Amino acid sequence: MDTRFFVIWMEEITAAVRAGRDHLTRLDAAIGDADHGTNLDRGFAAVAEALAARPPDTPGGVLVLAGSTLIRKVGGASGPLYGTAFRDMGKALGDAADVSAAELASALEAGLAGVRRLGGAEEGDKTMVDALAPAARAMARTVDAGGDPEEAFAAAAAAAEEGAKATVPLVARKGRASYLGARSAGHEDPGAASTALIVGALRAVATRRSPRSESRP
Amino acid sequence: MVGIVLISHSGGLASEAAELARSICGVDVPVAAAGGADDGGVGTSVDKVMAAVAKVDQGDGVVLIPDLGSSVLTARLLESPGSVVIADVPFVEGAISAAVAAAGGAPLEGVLAAAAEARSFRKL
Repeated sequence: MDTRFFVIWMEEITAAVRAGRDHLTRLDAAIGDADHGTNLDRGFAAVAEALAARPPDTPGGVLVLAGSTLIRKVGGASGPLYGTAFRDMGKALGDAADVSAAELASALEAGLAGVRRLGGAEEGDKTMVDALAPAARAMARTVDAGGDPEEAFAAAAAAAEEGAKATVPLVARKGRASYLGARSAGHEDPGAASTALIVGALRAVATRRSPRSESRP
Repeated sequence: MVGIVLISHSGGLASEAAELARSICGVDVPVAAAGGADDGGVGTSVDKVMAAVAKVDQGDGVVLIPDLGSSVLTARLLESPGSVVIADVPFVEGAISAAVAAAGGAPLEGVLAAAAEARSFRKL
Protein backbone atom coordinates (compact mmCIF):
# COMPACT_ATOMS: atom_id res chain seq x y z
CA MET A 1 0.00 0.00 0.00
CA ASP A 2 1.40 3.39 -0.99
CA THR A 3 0.77 6.93 0.24
CA ARG A 4 -2.22 7.27 -2.07
CA PHE A 5 -3.83 4.21 -0.44
CA PHE A 6 -3.67 5.90 2.96
CA VAL A 7 -5.00 9.20 1.63
CA ILE A 8 -7.95 7.31 0.14
CA TRP A 9 -8.44 5.51 3.47
CA MET A 10 -8.76 8.91 5.17
CA GLU A 11 -11.22 10.03 2.46
CA GLU A 12 -13.28 6.87 2.97
CA ILE A 13 -13.30 7.47 6.74
CA THR A 14 -14.34 11.09 6.26
CA ALA A 15 -17.23 9.96 4.05
CA ALA A 16 -18.25 7.12 6.40
CA VAL A 17 -18.17 9.38 9.44
CA ARG A 18 -20.19 12.04 7.60
CA ALA A 19 -22.77 9.41 6.63
CA GLY A 20 -22.79 7.89 10.12
CA ARG A 21 -22.61 11.16 12.03
CA ASP A 22 -26.19 11.27 13.22
CA HIS A 23 -26.21 7.58 14.10
CA LEU A 24 -23.04 8.00 16.21
CA THR A 25 -24.49 11.03 17.91
CA ARG A 26 -27.70 9.12 18.71
CA LEU A 27 -25.66 6.29 20.23
CA ASP A 28 -23.76 8.89 22.26
CA ALA A 29 -26.98 10.60 23.32
CA ALA A 30 -28.09 7.35 24.97
CA ILE A 31 -25.03 6.90 27.20
CA GLY A 32 -22.80 9.93 26.68
CA ASP A 33 -22.97 13.60 25.83
CA ALA A 34 -24.39 13.40 22.30
CA ASP A 35 -21.40 14.86 20.50
CA HIS A 36 -19.46 11.88 19.14
CA GLY A 37 -20.77 12.10 15.58
CA THR A 38 -20.37 15.85 15.26
CA ASN A 39 -16.94 15.81 16.93
CA LEU A 40 -15.57 13.11 14.64
CA ASP A 41 -17.17 14.68 11.58
CA ARG A 42 -15.44 17.97 12.39
CA GLY A 43 -12.17 16.14 13.08
CA PHE A 44 -12.07 14.16 9.85
CA ALA A 45 -13.18 17.16 7.78
CA ALA A 46 -10.13 18.92 9.23
CA VAL A 47 -7.99 15.87 8.35
CA ALA A 48 -9.15 16.13 4.74
CA GLU A 49 -8.24 19.83 4.69
CA ALA A 50 -4.84 19.20 6.27
CA LEU A 51 -4.02 16.44 3.77
CA ALA A 52 -4.99 18.69 0.88
CA ALA A 53 -3.01 21.63 2.22
CA ARG A 54 0.14 19.70 3.14
CA PRO A 55 0.16 16.38 1.23
CA PRO A 56 2.52 13.96 3.04
CA ASP A 57 4.83 11.83 0.92
CA THR A 58 4.75 8.62 2.98
CA PRO A 59 2.00 6.39 4.41
CA GLY A 60 3.34 7.08 7.91
CA GLY A 61 3.22 10.82 7.19
CA VAL A 62 -0.46 10.59 6.24
CA LEU A 63 -1.33 8.83 9.50
CA VAL A 64 0.77 11.14 11.70
CA LEU A 65 -0.80 14.24 10.11
CA ALA A 66 -4.28 12.74 10.52
CA GLY A 67 -3.59 11.92 14.17
CA SER A 68 -2.18 15.34 15.01
CA THR A 69 -5.14 17.00 13.32
CA LEU A 70 -7.66 14.89 15.25
CA ILE A 71 -5.96 15.75 18.55
CA ARG A 72 -6.27 19.45 17.78
CA LYS A 73 -9.70 19.53 16.20
CA VAL A 74 -12.04 16.97 17.77
CA GLY A 75 -12.47 18.54 21.21
CA GLY A 76 -13.83 15.41 22.89
CA ALA A 77 -12.14 12.33 24.33
CA SER A 78 -12.11 10.68 20.91
CA GLY A 79 -9.64 13.34 19.67
CA PRO A 80 -6.71 12.34 21.88
CA LEU A 81 -7.65 8.66 21.56
CA TYR A 82 -8.00 8.41 17.76
CA GLY A 83 -5.23 10.98 17.37
CA THR A 84 -2.88 8.79 19.37
CA ALA A 85 -4.01 5.68 17.49
CA PHE A 86 -3.22 7.22 14.08
CA ARG A 87 -0.02 8.90 15.23
CA ASP A 88 1.33 5.70 16.77
CA MET A 89 0.34 3.76 13.64
CA GLY A 90 2.14 6.33 11.51
CA LYS A 91 5.25 6.24 13.68
CA ALA A 92 5.27 2.42 13.46
CA LEU A 93 5.34 2.69 9.65
CA GLY A 94 8.34 5.02 9.74
CA ASP A 95 9.51 6.49 6.43
CA ALA A 96 8.52 3.51 4.26
CA ALA A 97 7.10 4.57 0.88
CA ASP A 98 5.20 1.32 0.51
CA VAL A 99 3.70 -0.78 3.28
CA SER A 100 2.86 -4.49 3.33
CA ALA A 101 -0.26 -5.91 4.95
CA ALA A 102 1.95 -7.40 7.67
CA GLU A 103 3.46 -3.98 8.38
CA LEU A 104 0.02 -2.41 8.50
CA ALA A 105 -1.16 -5.15 10.87
CA SER A 106 1.78 -4.39 13.19
CA ALA A 107 1.03 -0.69 12.93
CA LEU A 108 -2.59 -1.30 13.90
CA GLU A 109 -1.35 -3.14 16.98
CA ALA A 110 0.88 -0.16 17.79
CA GLY A 111 -2.16 2.12 17.48
CA LEU A 112 -4.14 -0.13 19.80
CA ALA A 113 -1.27 -0.09 22.31
CA GLY A 114 -1.27 3.72 22.21
CA VAL A 115 -5.00 3.89 22.89
CA ARG A 116 -4.65 1.47 25.80
CA ARG A 117 -1.74 3.40 27.25
CA LEU A 118 -3.55 6.74 27.04
CA GLY A 119 -7.03 5.73 28.14
CA GLY A 120 -6.25 2.70 30.28
CA ALA A 121 -9.15 0.71 28.84
CA GLU A 122 -9.10 -3.05 28.43
CA GLU A 123 -11.38 -5.22 26.36
CA GLY A 124 -14.78 -5.51 27.98
CA ASP A 125 -14.77 -1.94 29.35
CA LYS A 126 -17.26 -0.88 26.64
CA THR A 127 -14.97 1.40 24.66
CA MET A 128 -13.35 1.65 21.22
CA VAL A 129 -10.85 -0.98 22.41
CA ASP A 130 -13.64 -3.56 22.15
CA ALA A 131 -13.68 -3.02 18.36
CA LEU A 132 -10.02 -2.13 17.78
CA ALA A 133 -8.46 -5.09 19.62
CA PRO A 134 -10.37 -7.83 17.73
CA ALA A 135 -9.74 -5.95 14.47
CA ALA A 136 -5.99 -5.90 15.08
CA ARG A 137 -6.03 -9.58 16.01
CA ALA A 138 -8.07 -10.55 12.94
CA MET A 139 -5.81 -8.61 10.60
CA ALA A 140 -2.65 -10.15 12.06
CA ARG A 141 -4.14 -13.64 12.00
CA THR A 142 -5.24 -13.35 8.37
CA VAL A 143 -1.87 -11.98 7.25
CA ASP A 144 -0.01 -14.70 9.18
CA ALA A 145 -2.17 -17.33 7.47
CA GLY A 146 -1.07 -15.99 4.09
CA GLY A 147 -4.18 -13.95 3.32
CA ASP A 148 -3.91 -11.03 0.90
CA PRO A 149 -4.53 -7.45 2.07
CA GLU A 150 -8.12 -7.49 0.89
CA GLU A 151 -8.87 -10.58 2.99
CA ALA A 152 -6.99 -9.13 5.96
CA PHE A 153 -8.96 -5.87 5.84
CA ALA A 154 -12.26 -7.69 5.40
CA ALA A 155 -11.48 -9.87 8.42
CA ALA A 156 -10.50 -6.81 10.47
CA ALA A 157 -13.63 -4.91 9.45
CA ALA A 158 -15.89 -7.86 10.32
CA ALA A 159 -14.15 -8.31 13.68
CA ALA A 160 -14.52 -4.59 14.49
CA GLU A 161 -18.23 -4.66 13.62
CA GLU A 162 -18.76 -7.77 15.71
CA GLY A 163 -16.78 -6.25 18.58
CA ALA A 164 -18.85 -3.07 18.44
CA LYS A 165 -22.14 -5.00 18.49
CA ALA A 166 -20.84 -7.05 21.42
CA THR A 167 -20.57 -3.87 23.52
CA VAL A 168 -24.38 -3.63 23.73
CA PRO A 169 -24.87 -5.74 26.89
CA LEU A 170 -21.70 -4.48 28.59
CA VAL A 171 -21.59 -2.11 31.55
CA ALA A 172 -19.11 0.72 30.84
CA ARG A 173 -16.03 0.85 33.03
CA LYS A 174 -14.22 3.64 31.16
CA GLY A 175 -15.26 6.85 29.47
CA ARG A 176 -18.26 9.09 29.87
CA ALA A 177 -20.75 6.16 29.92
CA SER A 178 -19.08 4.74 33.04
CA TYR A 179 -20.82 7.48 35.04
CA LEU A 180 -24.09 5.71 34.24
CA GLY A 181 -22.99 2.43 35.81
CA ALA A 182 -25.46 -0.39 35.13
CA ARG A 183 -27.65 1.98 33.07
CA SER A 184 -25.00 1.95 30.33
CA ALA A 185 -25.95 -1.66 29.48
CA GLY A 186 -28.28 -2.17 26.51
CA HIS A 187 -26.60 0.41 24.26
CA GLU A 188 -23.84 0.06 21.68
CA ASP A 189 -20.73 2.00 22.61
CA PRO A 190 -20.34 5.00 20.24
CA GLY A 191 -16.53 4.76 20.25
CA ALA A 192 -16.63 1.09 19.30
CA ALA A 193 -19.18 1.94 16.58
CA SER A 194 -16.94 4.65 15.10
CA THR A 195 -13.94 2.33 15.24
CA ALA A 196 -15.96 -0.17 13.18
CA LEU A 197 -16.56 2.62 10.61
CA ILE A 198 -12.86 3.48 10.49
CA VAL A 199 -11.72 -0.12 10.05
CA GLY A 200 -14.60 -0.73 7.63
CA ALA A 201 -13.25 2.14 5.52
CA LEU A 202 -10.00 0.21 5.15
CA ARG A 203 -11.93 -2.67 3.63
CA ALA A 204 -13.70 -0.21 1.33
CA VAL A 205 -10.38 1.18 0.07
CA ALA A 206 -8.97 -2.28 -0.62
CA THR A 207 -12.01 -3.38 -2.58
CA ARG A 208 -12.12 -0.07 -4.45
CA ARG A 209 -8.52 -0.37 -5.59
CA SER A 210 -7.42 -2.86 -8.21
CA PRO A 211 -6.50 -6.09 -6.41
CA ARG A 212 -3.86 -6.82 -9.05
CA SER A 213 -1.84 -3.71 -8.33
CA GLU A 214 -2.29 -3.83 -4.56
CA SER A 215 -2.24 -7.51 -3.81
CA ARG A 216 1.09 -7.81 -2.09
CA PRO A 217 1.60 -9.94 1.00
CA MET B 1 7.30 29.43 40.96
CA VAL B 2 5.55 26.28 39.80
CA GLY B 3 2.80 26.99 37.27
CA ILE B 4 -0.68 25.52 37.42
CA VAL B 5 -3.05 24.92 34.51
CA LEU B 6 -6.69 24.16 35.18
CA ILE B 7 -8.23 22.16 32.32
CA SER B 8 -11.99 21.89 32.19
CA HIS B 9 -14.66 21.06 29.64
CA SER B 10 -16.15 24.41 30.57
CA GLY B 11 -14.41 27.71 29.87
CA GLY B 12 -16.31 29.35 32.71
CA LEU B 13 -15.48 26.65 35.23
CA ALA B 14 -11.75 26.76 34.41
CA SER B 15 -11.46 30.55 34.50
CA GLU B 16 -13.51 30.96 37.68
CA ALA B 17 -11.62 28.18 39.47
CA ALA B 18 -8.35 29.84 38.42
CA GLU B 19 -9.62 33.20 39.70
CA LEU B 20 -10.70 31.59 42.99
CA ALA B 21 -7.29 29.93 43.47
CA ARG B 22 -5.48 33.20 42.71
CA SER B 23 -7.65 35.22 45.07
CA ILE B 24 -7.23 32.74 47.93
CA CYS B 25 -3.44 32.79 47.54
CA GLY B 26 -3.26 36.57 47.52
CA VAL B 27 -0.02 36.62 45.52
CA ASP B 28 0.77 36.55 41.86
CA VAL B 29 0.80 32.77 41.57
CA PRO B 30 0.89 31.58 37.94
CA VAL B 31 -2.47 29.85 37.50
CA ALA B 32 -3.93 29.67 34.00
CA ALA B 33 -7.26 28.39 32.76
CA ALA B 34 -7.72 26.20 29.69
CA GLY B 35 -11.41 25.53 29.44
CA GLY B 36 -13.76 24.62 26.64
CA ALA B 37 -13.26 23.66 23.03
CA ASP B 38 -11.68 25.90 20.37
CA ASP B 39 -15.11 27.26 19.42
CA GLY B 40 -15.93 28.07 23.03
CA GLY B 41 -18.31 25.12 23.40
CA VAL B 42 -18.01 22.29 25.90
CA GLY B 43 -14.86 20.23 25.30
CA THR B 44 -11.10 20.40 25.47
CA SER B 45 -8.67 22.25 23.25
CA VAL B 46 -5.09 21.05 23.12
CA ASP B 47 -4.08 24.43 21.68
CA LYS B 48 -5.59 26.25 24.69
CA VAL B 49 -3.84 23.88 27.09
CA MET B 50 -0.48 24.33 25.33
CA ALA B 51 -0.88 28.10 25.39
CA ALA B 52 -1.76 28.01 29.10
CA VAL B 53 1.28 25.86 29.87
CA ALA B 54 3.52 28.28 28.00
CA LYS B 55 1.98 31.19 29.91
CA VAL B 56 2.59 29.81 33.42
CA ASP B 57 5.90 28.03 32.80
CA GLN B 58 8.56 29.98 34.73
CA GLY B 59 11.09 27.16 34.48
CA ASP B 60 10.09 25.44 37.73
CA GLY B 61 7.61 23.04 36.20
CA VAL B 62 3.86 23.01 35.57
CA VAL B 63 1.07 21.04 37.25
CA LEU B 64 -1.94 20.21 35.08
CA ILE B 65 -5.26 19.73 36.88
CA PRO B 66 -7.91 18.30 34.51
CA ASP B 67 -11.56 17.80 35.38
CA LEU B 68 -12.55 14.62 33.54
CA GLY B 69 -12.69 12.71 30.26
CA SER B 70 -11.06 14.49 27.35
CA SER B 71 -9.43 17.00 29.73
CA VAL B 72 -7.55 14.11 31.32
CA LEU B 73 -6.62 12.56 27.97
CA THR B 74 -5.44 15.90 26.58
CA ALA B 75 -3.37 16.51 29.72
CA ARG B 76 -1.80 13.08 29.32
CA LEU B 77 -0.70 13.94 25.79
CA LEU B 78 1.25 16.91 27.16
CA GLU B 79 2.85 15.16 30.13
CA SER B 80 6.61 15.51 30.32
CA PRO B 81 8.22 13.83 33.34
CA GLY B 82 9.89 16.31 35.64
CA SER B 83 8.48 19.39 33.96
CA VAL B 84 4.78 18.99 33.08
CA VAL B 85 2.91 16.67 35.44
CA ILE B 86 -0.73 15.78 36.08
CA ALA B 87 -2.38 15.98 39.48
CA ASP B 88 -5.14 13.37 39.76
CA VAL B 89 -7.16 15.38 42.25
CA PRO B 90 -10.56 17.02 42.83
CA PHE B 91 -10.69 20.03 40.51
CA VAL B 92 -11.46 22.92 42.89
CA GLU B 93 -9.83 21.63 46.07
CA GLY B 94 -6.78 20.40 44.17
CA ALA B 95 -6.40 23.72 42.38
CA ILE B 96 -6.45 25.67 45.63
CA SER B 97 -4.04 23.30 47.43
CA ALA B 98 -1.64 23.41 44.51
CA ALA B 99 -1.84 27.19 44.19
CA VAL B 100 -1.19 27.70 47.91
CA ALA B 101 1.85 25.40 47.75
CA ALA B 102 3.14 27.07 44.60
CA ALA B 103 2.69 30.51 46.14
CA GLY B 104 4.78 29.33 49.10
CA GLY B 105 7.63 28.49 46.78
CA ALA B 106 7.28 24.69 46.88
CA PRO B 107 9.07 22.75 44.13
CA LEU B 108 7.15 20.71 41.53
CA GLU B 109 6.97 17.54 43.66
CA GLY B 110 5.82 19.62 46.65
CA VAL B 111 3.02 21.25 44.68
CA LEU B 112 1.95 17.86 43.34
CA ALA B 113 1.95 16.38 46.85
CA ALA B 114 -0.06 19.32 48.21
CA ALA B 115 -2.60 18.89 45.43
CA ALA B 116 -2.83 15.17 46.18
CA GLU B 117 -3.69 15.94 49.80
CA ALA B 118 -6.91 17.48 48.50
CA ARG B 119 -8.12 13.99 47.70
CA SER B 120 -8.64 13.27 51.38
CA PHE B 121 -9.94 16.66 52.54
CA ARG B 122 -13.16 16.25 54.49
CA LYS B 123 -15.64 19.11 54.54
CA LEU B 124 -17.43 17.89 57.65
